[in-house]
Amino acid sequence: MKFTLSWLKEHLETDADARTIAKTLTNIGLEVESLEDRGAVLKDFIVAHVVSAEKHPNADKLKLCRVDTGSDIVQVVCGAPNAHTGMKGVFARPGLVIPHSGETLKISGIRGIESRGMLCSERELLLSEEHEGIIELESSAEIGSPAAHALGLDDPVFDVAITPNRGDCTSVLGIARDLAATGLGRLKNTEVAVVKGAFPSPLGIALHFPSDAEDACPIFAGRFVRNVRNGPSPAWLQTQLRAVGLRPISALVDVTNFIANDRGRPLHVFDADKLAGGMQARLARDGEIVTALDGKTYALDPEMIVIADDKRALSIAGVMGGAETGCTESTRNVFVESAWFDPQRIAATGRKLGIQSDARYRFERGTDPEFVVPGLELATRLILEFCGGEPAETVVAGRPPPWRREIAFSAQHVRRLAGIDLSSGEIGKILVSLGFAVEGEPEMRVTPPSWRSDIAGSADLVEEVVRIHGLDQIPAAPMARAHAVARAVLTPSQKRTRIARRTLASRGFNETISYSFIPRAHAALFGGGDELRQLENPIAADMDALRPSVLPSLLAASARNAARGFAEQMLFEIGAQFESGMPGAQTLAAAGVRLGPAARSWTKDTHNPDAFDVKADMLAVLESAMGGAMTAPVKSDAPAWYHPGRSGTLALGSKVLARFGELHPEILAAFDVKVSASAFEVFLDAIPEPKAKGRTRGLFQPSQFPAVERDFAFVVDVDVMADDITRSARNVERSLIERVDVFDVYEGEGVPEGKKSLAISVRLQPRDRTLTDAEIEAAVQKIVSAVMKVTGGTLRT
Amino acid sequence: MSQIDSLEHQIFDAIGSAADEAALETVRVSALGKKGSISELLKSLGAMSPEERREKGPLFNGLRDRVGVAIAERKTTLARLKLNARLAFERIDVTLPPRPEPRGTIHPVSQVQDEITAIFADLDFAVAEGPDVEFDEYNFTKLNIPPDHPARQMHDTFYVSRQTDGARHVLRTHTSPVQARVMLSQKPPIRVIVPGRTYRRDSDATHTPMFHQVEALVIDEGTHLGHLRWVVEEFCSAFFEVERIELRARPSYFPFTEPSVEWDMRCDRSGGQIKFGTGTDWLELGGSGMVHPRVLEMCGIDPARYQGFAFGFGIDRMAMLKYGAPDLRPFFDSDLRWLRHFGFAALDLPTLDGGLSR
Repeated sequence: MKFTLSWLKEHLETDADARTIAKTLTNIGLEVESLEDRGAVLKDFIVAHVVSAEKHPNADKLKLCRVDTGSDIVQVVCGAPNAHTGMKGVFARPGLVIPHSGETLKISGIRGIESRGMLCSERELLLSEEHEGIIELESSAEIGSPAAHALGLDDPVFDVAITPNRGDCTSVLGIARDLAATGLGRLKNTEVAVVKGAFPSPLGIALHFPSDAEDACPIFAGRFVRNVRNGPSPAWLQTQLRAVGLRPISALVDVTNFIANDRGRPLHVFDADKLAGGMQARLARDGEIVTALDGKTYALDPEMIVIADDKRALSIAGVMGGAETGCTESTRNVFVESAWFDPQRIAATGRKLGIQSDARYRFERGTDPEFVVPGLELATRLILEFCGGEPAETVVAGRPPPWRREIAFSAQHVRRLAGIDLSSGEIGKILVSLGFAVEGEPEMRVTPPSWRSDIAGSADLVEEVVRIHGLDQIPAAPMARAHAVARAVLTPSQKRTRIARRTLASRGFNETISYSFIPRAHAALFGGGDELRQLENPIAADMDALRPSVLPSLLAASARNAARGFAEQMLFEIGAQFESGMPGAQTLAAAGVRLGPAARSWTKDTHNPDAFDVKADMLAVLESAMGGAMTAPVKSDAPAWYHPGRSGTLALGSKVLARFGELHPEILAAFDVKVSASAFEVFLDAIPEPKAKGRTRGLFQPSQFPAVERDFAFVVDVDVMADDITRSARNVERSLIERVDVFDVYEGEGVPEGKKSLAISVRLQPRDRTLTDAEIEAAVQKIVSAVMKVTGGTLRT
Repeated sequence: MSQIDSLEHQIFDAIGSAADEAALETVRVSALGKKGSISELLKSLGAMSPEERREKGPLFNGLRDRVGVAIAERKTTLARLKLNARLAFERIDVTLPPRPEPRGTIHPVSQVQDEITAIFADLDFAVAEGPDVEFDEYNFTKLNIPPDHPARQMHDTFYVSRQTDGARHVLRTHTSPVQARVMLSQKPPIRVIVPGRTYRRDSDATHTPMFHQVEALVIDEGTHLGHLRWVVEEFCSAFFEVERIELRARPSYFPFTEPSVEWDMRCDRSGGQIKFGTGTDWLELGGSGMVHPRVLEMCGIDPARYQGFAFGFGIDRMAMLKYGAPDLRPFFDSDLRWLRHFGFAALDLPTLDGGLSR
């Protein structure tokens, strides 16, 4: 909402300057987004009279001017072709900063003649791009007076952000009323006088709504004015409209724009000679077509309201007028429409049709139902003033929608919500100044004014009181602590997430955060890309699918970084992956990608990242999150985006906890990753919560007896899994066998084709005695036969 | 000089000049070995008269002991010399770099989220979470934003395709739907913060289609605007690690709060750096207000008995301000250079006792 200081002063008597007004507006919830004071920049530029302009003796294209500044006559060299004797222009003295160049003007010699100032072009003052000639002011401009005034730029322009609840402040009057309530000035009486009709209205009006939609348009008023002459509106009105960013069109249209901005009352003027019969407001027929003022044709539905004549829909009520029946220069007879429409219906109509208009802006925020007829009277008066003509009697159908309601209120409400003590007298004064009717004390009965449909209950009244009283007047009040020492608050899941994140960073991974939506083609590679996970209105074509895995985000990022010249990379992200488009159908994943090749080192002992690196990452996350060893078995059944032979999953029962491995070469190719890459995904919420077993650790009972280590090498089929060997060895006697480690895997010379040698070391730790040789030998035999039985292998000798 | 004295001299000379362990061993054998000179002397004691033995015995034994000690000392010296020689030989170029070890980092948004959590945990706020895809009901309706409410236009909502049940859900436009979820599932008193991803269809230097918010919600019997001010003040002073901050409260409008307040913080932007608590500029922090009675009602809480406040700030924005990142877009661009520049070390877990940042 834009308005000028002078327009505001039509409603508010005040001596306050623009800055004070802006500050006050922001403080009461009418946030000033900008205060444009072009006059301030031009403060020292003045109106000057060119007493004479003659050819420069040493240059054909330059002129030598004698310029009257009001206080002296100075000599100025000017290159403008339009500089001429007798004109008035904008004069800059030496020492002034020229807005366009940002440079200070100096006394200079031009072709041997001294120039003591400058006559300015529009471009030099940043008024436009015009630089063909200098500005020529009206001859009435006073010599020596501020140029800003002569240029019509001494009127500061406010731009205020109006929150959706303040329909009343889409008008200069509403803003003036709020300012007056703060004590910044006095609201002027701008009541509208009735204009007497000279003859009965030749056009009737009617409301045609089914009983369940009568609230769509409870009142519709109109006025016929004959013999008008449409032309440009008066200069003052054009200046005001331009200042607030509106284009003057013609007197009839400008009147409606003026009243919309001045009073928040949208109106529409029809060319009455283009109407066929009586006017009516009704619901649109399904598929009914209106060509609106924006030149576009809209197909309507029966939820929308139209203004129609006997034959057809003329305009989309409350949203946009129709092109066919609009006013032109040749319009002679007009019909002015003023109505009240249901805000929700207007909002829905505007949204469905995709129309943003000044009328919609006001109607959907709620217009004053009691100003439907006064608005029409004001329009009539202005039309008569600007265009002449003769008004018919006002015709009205229906009545304003009910708006009176009483709210019980007291100082206790303010104390309870705002924490400040104001007397009911102070409270009443604020409310009355905003137009509320207040009865009773200390228990008040408050009736909001007709223009404040946003006020529904006592909380709304508290807001009115505190925003005018001053929010910053409310002192801070400490909140009570539940405990002297604050208690821990994080849930197990939140703790897991935090420790997983810091574990990965400590392993050298760089954490990233990427968008939850990715290209559909990428999603398809990771089991997604289906319709259920598509966005209806993506912001870009390649951000249209909810990601089914965090990995595509990481791969795309890795590819971008590789293109920037980063060879080895370790990226991770903890974020949601989506199973469908249903709320809650998402899983929190900690995923990481290691991209090769290995970092080069003079020590020559680095390696390209492989499945075992990411397996270690995965286990580190799981074990740090669980706070204990991860013993769930690993299976080689990872999904299709992994290398089928170099990947695995880790599950508890049917619950997949994590997966890891090299990524499938086809996936890498799809992301334009030209090196090998390995990845892991850990599903943090699938990790079992630690069993509540108290904080005390178990007894510390180190064995007093020596441990014995024995090494074994088994020759088994190449596809026998190491895990099968270690588990069967371990299970031989779990109370005795403390650990089993794989320390060698070998294929090649000395081992038959299709076989491998896998060596384990087994540590026997007795707890109650020293093992005898016979006991050790018995254990060894049991281990060998258990492994041979499970794997079909033999002991390598 | 007696014969013994000269033998002692001779042996000590030999010990002193033994260049390595082998030479020393030869000396030892020649003196203390079975046939060694001292051993021979000791053997000769047996043939002596008791008087002579009483005289010579201590002489010979003394010699044996001194030689033994001298050999042991020489042995230690030789070992040290040998070790020193080896160590000198083993010298490496210590200016060579160690094996490459990647240096991991924590994303500033995660770090700031941990900072915020540390502060609010000390104020007894728990951390609540909710889904990214949200019911329209929770994102809007239960927050007093019915369909076709003008406020919906301010949200630039992303919609997810119709699901099999015919419903069309949204990507949450704010963390506020979690307010509704918390109120529907917990009884007052409630103190929670809700950090998380939020989505709006908007993109420029300060807007990305995904961003992070943190929401705070307090519901009990007596919490009012003064408490809200206190929490915002305490939080900002703790978060920005500035002793004194100055806040400005502006009335505003959010459908789910009444009265509604926006907060600005005094700052100084001169000189390319931002300083808090001083200067003439105001920095927008975020929106807040007393939870609207209709919201309480729709979430099953009796507004006649309970009230409270909610506020929401942008986490990314807080990170930008505190750590001087001028542009929001790189936050989600995964550029390694940016991640390393703005990232935090793994073990820099923010704590109140150690300070939120270094």
